[in-house]
Amino acid sequence: MPVDRQAIRATRRAAISIVLFVALWELGARSHSWLVLPTFAPVREALGMLGFRSERLPWIGAIPAPSNVASAWLTMLHDAAYWRSWGESSLRVLFGFGTALLLGIPVGLVLAMSRTAFGVGFPVLELLRPIPPLAWVPAAIIFWPTQELSIAFVTFLGAFYTIVINVIGGAKAIDPRYLQMAEALGASRWNVFRRIVLPAALPSIVVGAVVGMGITWEVVVAAEMISGGSTQAGEAAGGGLGFLIWSSYVGGSYEQIVIGMISIGIAGLVSSALLRKLGALLTPWERLR
Amino acid sequence: MATATALAGQASAGQLAVHALDKSYGDPPQRKRVVAGCSFTLARGELVAMIGPSGCGKSSLVRLLAGFDRPDAGHIELDGQPIDAPGRERLVLFQEAALFPWMTTFDNLLYGPQARGELTAQTRAYADLLLERVGLRAFAHKYPAQLSGGMQRRAELARALINQPKVMLLDEPFRGLDALTRELMWGFFAKLLAESSRTSLLVTTDIDEALYLADRIMIMTNLPTCVRAVIEVDLPRPRTPAELSSPRAIEIKRQALELLTEEASRSFKALRDA
Repeated sequence: MPVDRQAIRATRRAAISIVLFVALWELGARSHSWLVLPTFAPVREALGMLGFRSERLPWIGAIPAPSNVASAWLTMLHDAAYWRSWGESSLRVLFGFGTALLLGIPVGLVLAMSRTAFGVGFPVLELLRPIPPLAWVPAAIIFWPTQELSIAFVTFLGAFYTIVINVIGGAKAIDPRYLQMAEALGASRWNVFRRIVLPAALPSIVVGAVVGMGITWEVVVAAEMISGGSTQAGEAAGGGLGFLIWSSYVGGSYEQIVIGMISIGIAGLVSSALLRKLGALLTPWERLR
Repeated sequence: MATATALAGQASAGQLAVHALDKSYGDPPQRKRVVAGCSFTLARGELVAMIGPSGCGKSSLVRLLAGFDRPDAGHIELDGQPIDAPGRERLVLFQEAALFPWMTTFDNLLYGPQARGELTAQTRAYADLLLERVGLRAFAHKYPAQLSGGMQRRAELARALINQPKVMLLDEPFRGLDALTRELMWGFFAKLLAESSRTSLLVTTDIDEALYLADRIMIMTNLPTCVRAVIEVDLPRPRTPAELSSPRAIEIKRQALELLTEEASRSFKALRDA
């Protein structure tokens, strides 16, 4: 198959660029070991003139090397606390995102289908939406009885807005001829909703969910950093991957920072991919375009 | 085959009468009169073609007949009963395919009966039969996106016919199809509509199409539209593409074209003088 050759070439290119990236990272991070060699004297002079330290490269010389990160990670894999962080963040994401989905879809559909509901609800939504979810953290901590609920609330907000906006967009964009045809054929309002509006809006709902999932991870990590960093008296630390990054920074183990970052990246990737797969299963007709 | 005609005959074709229809769109001062004092009758079981210059208001008329809009004046009667809302007795085939993309062809067909709670084993059998008649049996469980343009139109026709409407309103149903597919569709539709003996209104801009399918041709005026002339298409049936070059056909065509050109040029004049 000719497509295979293109795929092989693309994979080869991707592999080369990633290997190159990691190699440069390794070299840069270990610059303190090779910069001292006499061959690089002019480089050291240039750095000195520019006002940088001359025993290692600026910026990249200070970050942990991928080899160190990898070995630290291998050790961490045996650490139960690491996997607990994964679990804690994932649960928060699941809870916040799930609630956003359960509330956001009906709210979006109601706003799209009822002009009165739209007139009443949409202005309030648009007033609150510009406030970034993270700006809600102090208010959430004050308002909600537990720290966990405050994080859940902030997480929920992030995904909620996205899902509602996408649902409204999808429902409003339904070709009016479908609705006319359904009406002409004698369908009840409930039938129109269940067999026309809902499936027609489903692709947009999936898009809203996938984007919302990404936002949820962002917010969870930040919320964990913020509230984990300021533990309330008597309450256990919030935990999670965001907290892992923050406490690694505070504790000075920079390899763990990178491990935390990459872990979150993987988590976001996997959850988005799973959602997209689920969305494709729910909308089989979209794949065939 | 016998079942199809038997089932089809259960609901008779309807007579659609239009009296002095008037319709304008838009708010003043941009209020535009689209239909003006339009009157005509579609007799039971006949296929009437409606031809007019582009943008003359034919689609607006179809919307009124289908019940999606209410006229400002005049009234429409189906078998003597006034109509003012959409209904399964008057079904429209739109200009572009409006099959539900998330349902398979078979589910699309069954939608009408299902929506009204009339889904029985007999209905399913009829659906199967209709699919056979339109040649889409093999595509029963495919999605509309997997069907070609012509196939989608055929599926739509089947989806309409299963509800046994008294009147079929076809608004340029073959628009956008290539010439060859169009001719094939003409043959298909002619046979099917004749078999099911529905009263049909075919809106088209193609005179050949009208000659092939219709019993009568209504030439419409430019905006605001009403019936300019009615031409009987007394060509023998069943019609063939060869029939379109007979002397009688050419004569009808000439007549129609003359009137149409007059109406079309009037719109250009209006544009020029505006």
